[in-house]
Amino acid sequence: MEMHEFIPIDIFCSRHGVETSFVNSLQEFGLIEISLHNEMECIPISQILHAEKLIRLHNELAINLEGMDAISNLLERIHQMQTRIVALENRLLFYEPSA
Amino acid sequence: MSFIDYYEVLGINKKATEDDIKKAYRKLARKLHPDLNPNDKDANKKFQQINEANEVLSDPLKRKKYDQYGENWQHGEEFEKARQSQSRTANAGAQNFSGDFNESDFSDFFGSMFGGSGSSGRTSKAKFRGQDYNSELKLTLLEAFTTHARTLTINGKNIRLTIPAGIENGQTIKLNGYGSKGMNGGPDGDLYIRFLIENDPTFRRLANDLYRTVDIDLYTAVLGGDIIVDTMHGKIKMKVKPETQNDSKTRVKEKGFPVYKKEGSFGDLYITYHIQTPTNLTEKQKELFAELASLSK
Repeated sequence: MEMHEFIPIDIFCSRHGVETSFVNSLQEFGLIEISLHNEMECIPISQILHAEKLIRLHNELAINLEGMDAISNLLERIHQMQTRIVALENRLLFYEPSA
Repeated sequence: MSFIDYYEVLGINKKATEDDIKKAYRKLARKLHPDLNPNDKDANKKFQQINEANEVLSDPLKRKKYDQYGENWQHGEEFEKARQSQSRTANAGAQNFSGDFNESDFSDFFGSMFGGSGSSGRTSKAKFRGQDYNSELKLTLLEAFTTHARTLTINGKNIRLTIPAGIENGQTIKLNGYGSKGMNGGPDGDLYIRFLIENDPTFRRLANDLYRTVDIDLYTAVLGGDIIVDTMHGKIKMKVKPETQNDSKTRVKEKGFPVYKKEGSFGDLYITYHIQTPTNLTEKQKELFAELASLSK
């Protein structure tokens, strides 16, 4: 993969005002992925929004790592359920257009 | 513009200590934070209200002013000017209570009471993520069939959006950072666009499959033959099998709806045959049908 698909952890941490150890803890909890590129620890671009959300939850709501893990799982389940509801509503509309 | 009871917003009484305010705010923020309530307009609105209440009540100067004027907030600025003018000689250089945060995210009431230039005297401010915006976009089935660009105007800002083919009715897409501006350096909110796809008079859609009814005449249904059918991909030639029954269905592979974000991949088209019984028969035709009927007995 190309280097521009990753952001070095130290740049990410300085931009968001968090310690590198915090980002490493996120990885240890399986909340984000970290990979090694040119001997630098990096976060994939695809993970940035998720990582930023976790930082906000931690900073603004004082949620610890266990809490963030639980919240991430529940939000994923909500997302899956919302997708399922949309699919079921469309199925209902197909058979009962006036519903 | 009406008076906002910030104590009520946070569910506390007027004697609440700084610690009580902090606890009440934290508790509500955990419940209403936009990251925990994606695409929830009510939660986002309430979150802005508790932020506003917290911004005022957690700042001793703002709280004092708010408590002092209460429901007479409309006259607060006038009272303030008069009071400052009286005490100017004795208290030269005193700061007023105006805030310097982003007022656009707060209520008109807040703007009237605390808006303007100057400093609140606070040294540190919490960063807040901007409010999310929600919007709905109507598409015809034909528009949802192809990937196309649209320019939307949201709060005076033009946003060019590429809508991928195969988008579902009710599906929501998120545009990061297109919501309201963040406060005190916080990140901008997001824009959620929900797509509403209008019913089509010819085609009905179920996930990636399309359904339509095609009229065929009795003779083609009985004897079989070729027909031309309009699909969303264009006209196609189809063979009708002899002795086709009314309401029978046939599947045309990969002539359905595009699969979302899977270019070149399509659902199927299901055709239901509706057999039209001939009308205005001639005498000769009636005789032949009668003969046919007697042969069938």
